Amino acid sequence: MYILASTQASNFVSGVDRAFLIILGICFFFLIGLTLTMVYFIYRYNRKKNPIATQITGSNTLEVVWTVIPTILVLIMFYYGWAGWKPMKTAPDDAFEIDVIARMWNFTFEYDNGRKTDTLFVPLNKPVKLNLNSMDVIHSLYIPAYRVKEDVVPGKEKFMWFIPEKEGTFELFCTEYCGLQHSYMYNWVKAVPQDEFDKWYTDTTAKVASATVDSPTAAGKRIMTNIGCFACHTVDGNKLVGPTFKGLYGHEVTVKAGGETKTVVADDEYIKNSILDPNSEIVDGYNKGLMQSYQGQLSDTEISQIIEYLKSLK
Amino acid sequence: MQASSQIPHDVSYLDYKGKYKGLLAWILSTDHKRIALLYMFSIMTMFFVGVCLGLAMKLELIAPGKTIMGAQDYNAVFTVHGVIMIFMIVIPGLPAVFGNFLLPLMIGAKDVAFPKLNLFSWYLYIAGAILVISSVLFGDGSPDTGWTFYAPYSFRTGTNMLPAIFGAFVLGFSSILTGLNFIVTIHRLRAPGMTWTKMPLFPWTLYGTAWIQLLATPVVGITLVLVSLERIFGIGVFDPALGGDPILYQHLFWIYSHPAVYIMILPAMGAISEVIPTFSQKHVFGYKAIVASTLAIAFVGYFVWGHHMFTSGMSGTAQYTFSILTFLVAIPSAIKVFNWISTMYKGSIALETPFFWAMSFIFVFMIGGLSGLVLGALATDVYVHDTAFVVAHFHFIVFGGVGFSFFAAIHYWFPKMFGRMYDKTWANVGWIVFFIGFLALYTPMFYLGMQGMPRRYYDYLEQFHSANILSTLGSWVMTFGLAIIVINLFRSAKSGAIAPENPWNGKTLEWTVPSPPPVENFDDIPVYGEKDGPYEY
Repeated sequence: MYILASTQASNFVSGVDRAFLIILGICFFFLIGLTLTMVYFIYRYNRKKNPIATQITGSNTLEVVWTVIPTILVLIMFYYGWAGWKPMKTAPDDAFEIDVIARMWNFTFEYDNGRKTDTLFVPLNKPVKLNLNSMDVIHSLYIPAYRVKEDVVPGKEKFMWFIPEKEGTFELFCTEYCGLQHSYMYNWVKAVPQDEFDKWYTDTTAKVASATVDSPTAAGKRIMTNIGCFACHTVDGNKLVGPTFKGLYGHEVTVKAGGETKTVVADDEYIKNSILDPNSEIVDGYNKGLMQSYQGQLSDTEISQIIEYLKSLK
Repeated sequence: MQASSQIPHDVSYLDYKGKYKGLLAWILSTDHKRIALLYMFSIMTMFFVGVCLGLAMKLELIAPGKTIMGAQDYNAVFTVHGVIMIFMIVIPGLPAVFGNFLLPLMIGAKDVAFPKLNLFSWYLYIAGAILVISSVLFGDGSPDTGWTFYAPYSFRTGTNMLPAIFGAFVLGFSSILTGLNFIVTIHRLRAPGMTWTKMPLFPWTLYGTAWIQLLATPVVGITLVLVSLERIFGIGVFDPALGGDPILYQHLFWIYSHPAVYIMILPAMGAISEVIPTFSQKHVFGYKAIVASTLAIAFVGYFVWGHHMFTSGMSGTAQYTFSILTFLVAIPSAIKVFNWISTMYKGSIALETPFFWAMSFIFVFMIGGLSGLVLGALATDVYVHDTAFVVAHFHFIVFGGVGFSFFAAIHYWFPKMFGRMYDKTWANVGWIVFFIGFLALYTPMFYLGMQGMPRRYYDYLEQFHSANILSTLGSWVMTFGLAIIVINLFRSAKSGAIAPENPWNGKTLEWTVPSPPPVENFDDIPVYGEKDGPYEY
């Protein structure tokens, strides 16, 4: 059975997998039993062996039997489904809270101390509560190894929680179709022991565990990775949903603003405006409405670090 | 009915020369049998398009990364595949083709209650189809929202949504009017002596279906109107940016679209309930239980829509209520399967093509139904919701259920419809190739879903690769089988052996008229006596 071999890494796994095995067990019993009965009837009562059919119109006893037994079985299956799901609905009060920001097409994780990452760092054996926010359309946060999934609905305050029970790196997918780059909207969960987590969490010099050097351009690149810019913009000249960043800074751009086309120079002011009010000027050839404002999510320092990084992309 | 005296009794509906000639004799005919064939050919045309899109999708997924198209095209392809297959093929499929052809024949009537309305329904179908196709061919790119048109993405995308939405709206009216027509026909036009408990099972399922079409379809109509108004005028019903509620959209959409699954599957069950007694030469087992389960499905089916939304943020109470109702709706389907298999017990089974299709129907329907239990249970649904598991489940039900039943029905009633027999060897070869391809195509998706592969993914991680290869290979085998089946039927309709009136020794009324039937079906309206019944062998 595959389910037993797939990664089991949270407190919900046992409840979900138990429901899975009980339901699949009953299903396979009926599927195989009924199929064999059918095949046996075809063999035993085919016209060569049984030229004259015996007319039987029905049996009330049998109808009652095969109504009552499946009813009991489905109630059992319902119970295990309910029992495995019930604990997902209430997060413990002492859970470690992380804000999730989903947008087309990236998840960003924000910690209480202001740290933002695109990889979800969680401490082992401690309840973690994710507060789910969407900036645009409906997304869905799915961690198969934890058996959890919850839609991220704009305008709704929702959460999900779990206790990571296994050290390691696991996939985190978006499972609600959200447009062009939906299938690239996946990130990673990294579950580490508490002491290692604390070290990462309190370390203010390197904001991402792997980044040791923090020059202005590196900082800009890191910020852009964490808030999901590269889901839509490349740095190598290729065109995605949005224009590339390569050779952008200081060059002329043709934009449409309020119905008229004009040419502007991509300077500091232009870039800042494009981040905070992206739909006021749309680069010619691209669609309006795809990018949401980052107002209130980036400090002026962070924006200037992004600009430093863009300057380096010649 | 004044004209009836001028219509000769010995001319079949295929050969009849009326006021119009050529194509006009078909597209202006109010004969339920000709309208049935109009539907059949339009549905087959759309099915061909849908299959090509499906093949393109499977080919794209044979390897990670870009294979034959970009992500935008892939998203458009699965959207249009879904819209075409659901709204233009599976929903009208059995009722519009076999319901139209057989309902009057099986209950001993000369036509449906409102023949002109019946033809008008077909025109609405064509108009809706043209609108949907135009959204693909013209405007700012094909719709890319998935067939569910979920808000608020469906407001945000720049693609050509309005014609597709309006097309689905028009198709809905076609469905409503067909349902209305069938309800009145069944109430008013049954042959004298055919009491409700003597009506064959296929008309019974059409009756259950017709009520769902009549009562549930307007909900999606209203929803689509609201979506259009929101897109055009920006009123905030669903878009949270305007103060609306996207979850409300999901509720309204599934209040129709879940019962719609029963619009699809009930007539499919009805056709199987006709095929099994005929080829077992035996009275159907548990007639009343099958009728009761049909009505139970039609009724309980209204109250389970929330199981599509277990992760969307309903209250816990709503979640487990919908879960338990979902489990209850499984029971009448199980009762049907038990009764079908019991019908074979001590029968005299003829191993003909329709019977093979019926057997494989029961097999794939069981897989589809049982996997539905996984999705009805809360804990397991949270795990596999919106993954490939769901895609496998509904293709087993909707394509396995409805598709296999459609092929059982076409091979069963083909002699009646076209007056000719088909080549049985090729029909059986087509069946087995199709069946193997079908299993290879959809079974790996169960596995992929349990591995955690989300649905509607243009690209995927390497661990999902091998199962996807098998699935793509399966799509080729299945299409090959489909080609054999279709070519065989086309050739046989032209040049097959002349079919007798009752080639399978069926006992329902359609087998008492010539093959193909005359224009007005019955010279004299048949009368059911005390001892008569649809399954009295």
